Amino acid sequence: MRIGVFVCHCGSNIGGTVDCAEVARIAGTFPDVVYSTDPMYTCAEPGQAAIEEAIREHSLDGVVVASCSPRMHEPTFRRTVERAGLNPYMFEMANIREHVSWIGKDIPSNTRKAAELVEMAVEKLRKDTPLTPAEFPVTRRVLVIGGGVAGIQAALDCADGGIPVVMVEREATIGGKMAKLDKTFPTVDCSACILGPKMVDVAQHPNISLYAHAEIEDVQGYVGNFTVTIRKKTTYVDWSKCTGCGTCTEKCPARHSVDAFNEGIGETSAITIAFPQAIPKKAVINRDFCRQLTKGKCGVCAKVCPTGAIRYDMEDEIVTEKVGSIIAATGYDLMDWRVYSEYGAGRYPDIITSLQYERLMNASGPTGGHIVRPSDGREPKTVVFVQCVGSRDPSVGRPYCSGFCCMYTAKQAILTKDHIPDSHSYVFYMDIRAAGKMYDEFTRRAVEEYGTEYIRGRVSQIYPDGHGQLTVMGMDTLLGRPVVLKADLVVLAVGIEAARGAKELAEKLRISYDSAGFFLESHVKLRPVETNTAGVFLAGVCQGTKDIPASVAQGSAAASKVLTLFARETLKSNPQIAKTIPGRCVGCGKCARCCPYGAIRENVANGETTVEVIETMCQGCGLCTATCPQGAIQLAHATDNQILAEVNALCQA
Amino acid sequence: MRFAYYPGCSAHGSSLDYELSTEAVCEALGITLEEIPDWNCCGSTPAHAVGTSLSAALCARNLDIAAKKGISLLVTSCPSCLSNLRSASKRMKDPAFRAEVDDLLDAPTNRTFPLVTSVMQAIAEHISPDLIKDRVRVSLTGIRLVCYYGCLMSRPHDLMQFGDPENPMLMETLLSALGAEVLDFPLKTACCGASFGIPKRPLTARNSGRILELAHSLGADAVVVACPLCQMNLDLRQAQAQRATGERFRMPVPYFTQIMGLAFGLPHEALGLKKLSIPLDPVLAKIEENAPVRFGGEA
Repeated sequence: MRIGVFVCHCGSNIGGTVDCAEVARIAGTFPDVVYSTDPMYTCAEPGQAAIEEAIREHSLDGVVVASCSPRMHEPTFRRTVERAGLNPYMFEMANIREHVSWIGKDIPSNTRKAAELVEMAVEKLRKDTPLTPAEFPVTRRVLVIGGGVAGIQAALDCADGGIPVVMVEREATIGGKMAKLDKTFPTVDCSACILGPKMVDVAQHPNISLYAHAEIEDVQGYVGNFTVTIRKKTTYVDWSKCTGCGTCTEKCPARHSVDAFNEGIGETSAITIAFPQAIPKKAVINRDFCRQLTKGKCGVCAKVCPTGAIRYDMEDEIVTEKVGSIIAATGYDLMDWRVYSEYGAGRYPDIITSLQYERLMNASGPTGGHIVRPSDGREPKTVVFVQCVGSRDPSVGRPYCSGFCCMYTAKQAILTKDHIPDSHSYVFYMDIRAAGKMYDEFTRRAVEEYGTEYIRGRVSQIYPDGHGQLTVMGMDTLLGRPVVLKADLVVLAVGIEAARGAKELAEKLRISYDSAGFFLESHVKLRPVETNTAGVFLAGVCQGTKDIPASVAQGSAAASKVLTLFARETLKSNPQIAKTIPGRCVGCGKCARCCPYGAIRENVANGETTVEVIETMCQGCGLCTATCPQGAIQLAHATDNQILAEVNALCQA
Repeated sequence: MRFAYYPGCSAHGSSLDYELSTEAVCEALGITLEEIPDWNCCGSTPAHAVGTSLSAALCARNLDIAAKKGISLLVTSCPSCLSNLRSASKRMKDPAFRAEVDDLLDAPTNRTFPLVTSVMQAIAEHISPDLIKDRVRVSLTGIRLVCYYGCLMSRPHDLMQFGDPENPMLMETLLSALGAEVLDFPLKTACCGASFGIPKRPLTARNSGRILELAHSLGADAVVVACPLCQMNLDLRQAQAQRATGERFRMPVPYFTQIMGLAFGLPHEALGLKKLSIPLDPVLAKIEENAPVRFGGEA
């Protein structure tokens, strides 16, 4: 074998604390190494060209690059050697940056460690064999989970690109959180007016089939070939007959049902259509409040329905869909702010969340857009906004910034003045984070044009003063003194968290999530839309806090990833997968039981069990190879022999 | 049922009525409080203002006396004593700190110390609500009470283990069991000004005034307390507090044990009611209006 070794300086990133020339010299003494050098930037165009040239000039049949993490540039260099005619798997990488130069300053020790890592890579490469990916066909349909603005954008872009879309939305209507908002910053345009047409597009697009009031039950398969089981939760209304006329909601006698769409502000009927622009505009019965379903007598909606759509005996329905790619766009929920006992933990009706305030301001909300106090219906004259309730607060397990509260609080302060000109608003804040386009100007407007009084500091307690108002006690940290305000209404900018059920969905999709439940992207900076599961992409707040423009951008980005994926008729599988060695297998089946992907099939014939790896389902995690007592299942490109060669190189060095 | 009891200095001085009523109520519930011998002051605020090891030494001596008598649970009425005893117990787990304190005490202290808890928690944890209800002889129906814990009883949370530090509910549970109407009281854990009543009187007057004023505007008949110093600031200094806030009214500030004793039909002398600066008269008048209950739970 003829091996070439390239020890990268990475400018001073590696060269500053590793003697790269010495590492290259030592590498030249390793068996089979016929060429070694130390370029300044191996990943740059001249660096890659030098590799290609060396392969040709020295007839190399394997290459080692000692540089950064393989997570960074392994795909880059695999393509480089492939261009020069080598199999891309006849390439190894030694990480001498993250694992050496960035973590130690002692040049002789670093140089020695770098040389040892290179030796491991060389020994591994000597055992490597060429691998060839298999090709398989792609189901060119995409599943979009979540019908908020991010999911809507992703679905419309995919559908416009000619890709059939299956959209699954948990609630009875799409629109997500944006549909609940009154106006949007920084333009103060009506949220429903800009979102509504997009929602209608979803309903009317020939390429989009929508399952509202449905949830993902199960996901099987792999990129290009997912099988998704969807639970259509019972609505007790035959949607094929329902025309959305609303007669049932008017006549329903159970008027005291929790109004989830209005965030619990006001009450609604047991059969509802969430809001006038709902898509689909269909009725749903809330079984917790329906008299027919709880007490067995009523039946008013069935009597008044002009199309006979009511079905009290309806049950959940399971459907399956085949798709080639999945976009998760499940958004967020507000954290349960009742952990804040000092703010009354929900005991005081005039302390509300910002989302409830949106519903109070919204013309289609429970008060028709009149801002009134939930306790007595009076118009508030003094409104206090408290930011960062459940954001940037490690004491409640929420160390992160929710990202958009500074902006919507400024917007709500502006709108409050518009609604009630003789009102006065205060905002308690920690920092104003207004980094978007026209954002800082917007918050300045709240202060300068609308007279909103911003007080930098936290609020320590809010309580009813016994005279019909709320006492807000806080700190003005700029003046260094306590503040006590009397307020008619207090609006809490409650922090956000991953949508309820996000973790369970992540398990089904086999994607990772962070400690707050947000889905993990493949690379924080360079792969912000992809996940570590091929074919599963992210859009919107499910990946991390972001506002509407950013959610829409990521929705489009996820759609473009899907369109890129589907630009090919077939996909290449990763050849780094498990392979069985039938002669060694004793048929114990441990591998099949430990495989998290269901990629190992047990076949029983003539009383004998054999196992088989389903190539397209194996993700190459290696659990089975570590579990097999016989060494009868080996992971290509990480076989026992290859790993032992590395260990030997390290231990004997 | 017997509990080892650490009275603390106030119990033998300014809050004699707290001690009297505590003993009377415990006796009525079948609890005997056994005072530990030769106890000393916990050091209160002055000691820990000087240094943690001095404060801990004063507490450790008491804990050591109890531990060497084989006591595993020690109860006290005063939240300040409770806080100091618990802090000392916690700090003494650090060997270096323990050595420092042992040095101050001239003798090694016991390796383990008894768990210290408040009389209120001891009653709530060891006496069933049904038994408390059974013991009621006098109806408190229609009497509107607010519970005021003060700042120390529930804080710091991990040290005191007293439920929600901002909204403890233990006293509410006890008083509701007596039949009283207990109101939501948002300032139940606000500071009364504590020992600043001496060096910085306006501060204590303002803090206490705020608490009293809210209780008054909520329509409370009394502010029920569990801390000797809070009681003094709210009751004895009530006129000062009201000069700070403006509005004049007379708000009785009894200990929770005095209210329990009243409900149990115990004689007023046994509860030390005469020690209160603002008499409990409005509450007593309401009790008069209610027909006395002869047997547990039955009219």
